[in-house]
Amino acid sequence: MSEKIDFAAFPDPRGHFGRYGGRFVSETLMAALEDLEAVYNRLKDDPQFQADFDYDMAHYVGRPSPLYFAERLSKQVGGAQIWLKREDLNHTGAHKVNNTIGQALLAKHIGKRRVIAETGAGQHGVASATVAARLGLECQVYMGADDVERQKLNVYRMKLLGAEVIPVTSGSRTLKDALNEAMRDWVTNVDHTFYIIGTVAGPHPYPMLVRDFQSIIGREAREQCLKMNGRLPDALVACVGGGSNAIGLFHPFLNDESVSMYGVEAAGDGIETGRHSAPLAAGRPGVLHGNRTYLMENDDGQIIDTHSISAGLDYPGVGPEHAWLKDLGRVNYVGATDDEALAAFRTLTHVEGIMPALESAHAVAYAMKLAATMSEDQIIVVNLSGRGDKDILTVAALDGFTF
Amino acid sequence: MNRIAKRFADLAASGRKALIPYVTAGDPTPDVTLPLLQAMVAAGADIIELGMPFSDPMADGPVIQLACERSLAGGTSVRSLLDTVANFRKTDDDTPIVLMGYLNPVEAMGYEVFAQRCAEVGVDGVLIVDLPPEEALDVAPTFREHNLDLVFLVAPTTTDERMELIGKAGSGYLYYVSLKGVTGAATLDPVEVRGRVETIRKHTKLPIGVGFGIKDAESARLVSQVADGVVVGSALVQQIADNAANPVVIPEKVAAVLRSMREAMDNGKAG
Repeated sequence: MSEKIDFAAFPDPRGHFGRYGGRFVSETLMAALEDLEAVYNRLKDDPQFQADFDYDMAHYVGRPSPLYFAERLSKQVGGAQIWLKREDLNHTGAHKVNNTIGQALLAKHIGKRRVIAETGAGQHGVASATVAARLGLECQVYMGADDVERQKLNVYRMKLLGAEVIPVTSGSRTLKDALNEAMRDWVTNVDHTFYIIGTVAGPHPYPMLVRDFQSIIGREAREQCLKMNGRLPDALVACVGGGSNAIGLFHPFLNDESVSMYGVEAAGDGIETGRHSAPLAAGRPGVLHGNRTYLMENDDGQIIDTHSISAGLDYPGVGPEHAWLKDLGRVNYVGATDDEALAAFRTLTHVEGIMPALESAHAVAYAMKLAATMSEDQIIVVNLSGRGDKDILTVAALDGFTF
Repeated sequence: MNRIAKRFADLAASGRKALIPYVTAGDPTPDVTLPLLQAMVAAGADIIELGMPFSDPMADGPVIQLACERSLAGGTSVRSLLDTVANFRKTDDDTPIVLMGYLNPVEAMGYEVFAQRCAEVGVDGVLIVDLPPEEALDVAPTFREHNLDLVFLVAPTTTDERMELIGKAGSGYLYYVSLKGVTGAATLDPVEVRGRVETIRKHTKLPIGVGFGIKDAESARLVSQVADGVVVGSALVQQIADNAANPVVIPEKVAAVLRSMREAMDNGKAG
């Protein structure tokens, strides 16, 4: 980087991260987005709002989440120390709840009685249904029909929580189509509905406010690492679908030049096969779902089908801040295949007794490779963004078990 | 004066309102589009909004989503539909063509390449659903250089401040989306539309077309009494869907709906 960038100063007032981000939506939604931006800008520095958020993080979610030294895993790999930021221990089992609590507080302030959400793996859907139950809000969750099939447990959890899960059968029947359908719902019911977007994508101000809510991960990890090791980590590793857990870990460290960062995309069957979900590795900039970012598209600008074993990473776009960080070279974007993620899922379960979500297993897989190239006195912090209970049926099926 | 301005001026002089049909290019097959455009003009279309198919049409309801899927399955792209416009212009140099769609296929082609080709083949305006005026600042000069009008949407949720902004940024006409929702969703409320159109007129001198929720001759007639143009999309695209297995009848089926609207609009004015 030629000149020093203050990463905390982005996005710019129009919601851009360099050439990325922005607000590419139909006119009907512009007023709601302007309102949301105004409310958020007022509340984010409001001590009462922050106190409400902090209280829920401590007493409802169970934060701070531990920073755990995976000593046996580190020894087995032979190299750097692998530390896990245990977002899997949060209430509802993933980092997603940090964001849904923040957005539900905003919905309450704005006075909307109904919330909608899109979900891929179902973690964001569960986290949205959870906060809706707690606040007594009506909740509908859009989910690709294929994802409904491969994440049955989370579908049932959402139903138990009182949310309605609406299977989306258009397009590729996965996360991107769920997002399309949620946008269509929002444009129809914008007067009384708050759209809880689950990742750092979508139109401004969503990428900013989701990042801000998720940044609690990195703030805690930074403080914990300093306290336990007396210094900052050497490297951070997190999986990237839309990229909310990654930006949550990375953002508070962006101005720390000594900390290198690795965002791990889903390489599916391998980048070279074309069957993957890695827009940063193999896509190009375009506009989808309200923002400009890297996309997986064909030469005519049509969005193409993606593949990943993990529903939560199976998305053709990525948050605009990641697109910008890639171009700046501040974060290294790399990949882990389905097979590598599955192997990491099994290794972490065996060696540490921690079963990661298949999404998070992508980060673990890459961290193991990275650690092997580093020395024992170096520290890697991996965002263990979710727990693997929801993926047991998928892994069992691969092992030939049916229930 | 470009074709759009001339068309609105001519209509105003004769006391008529613009009938503006929307169809998705290449739906259900590429070779239907040219005879369909010609049939719509013969049935009384004043301006044609030609849809550019997109894989993820977020602002559209199921009728136009499926139209996009049929069109893309048949191999239609922005480049190929521009060729169709070129063929249309060989026999019709008067009817304005506005391309309507989403930004990504245009961005993928490249703004300069797209705008230049639009000008070459005789496209008059562009309406990009997910490009509000704020985000259009960078690309607007490219469109303007090639004499393409940038048509923007106004919604029921649009504030007075935004109407002012949109009125200044837009050209050709403004498209008032009469309903909160996706295309083809419900039926509009003529009284509410009247009030909104009057408000929009305080902020712009551009002609105002009204769309979303115009399903039949009666709703077209009611809207033509308050607006400068009546945009009809899903009702026509539904005809295409219903006859997709037998595409040769599509131009006449769509034309029949337009003729009934044209008649109701022209008689409605007299009565």
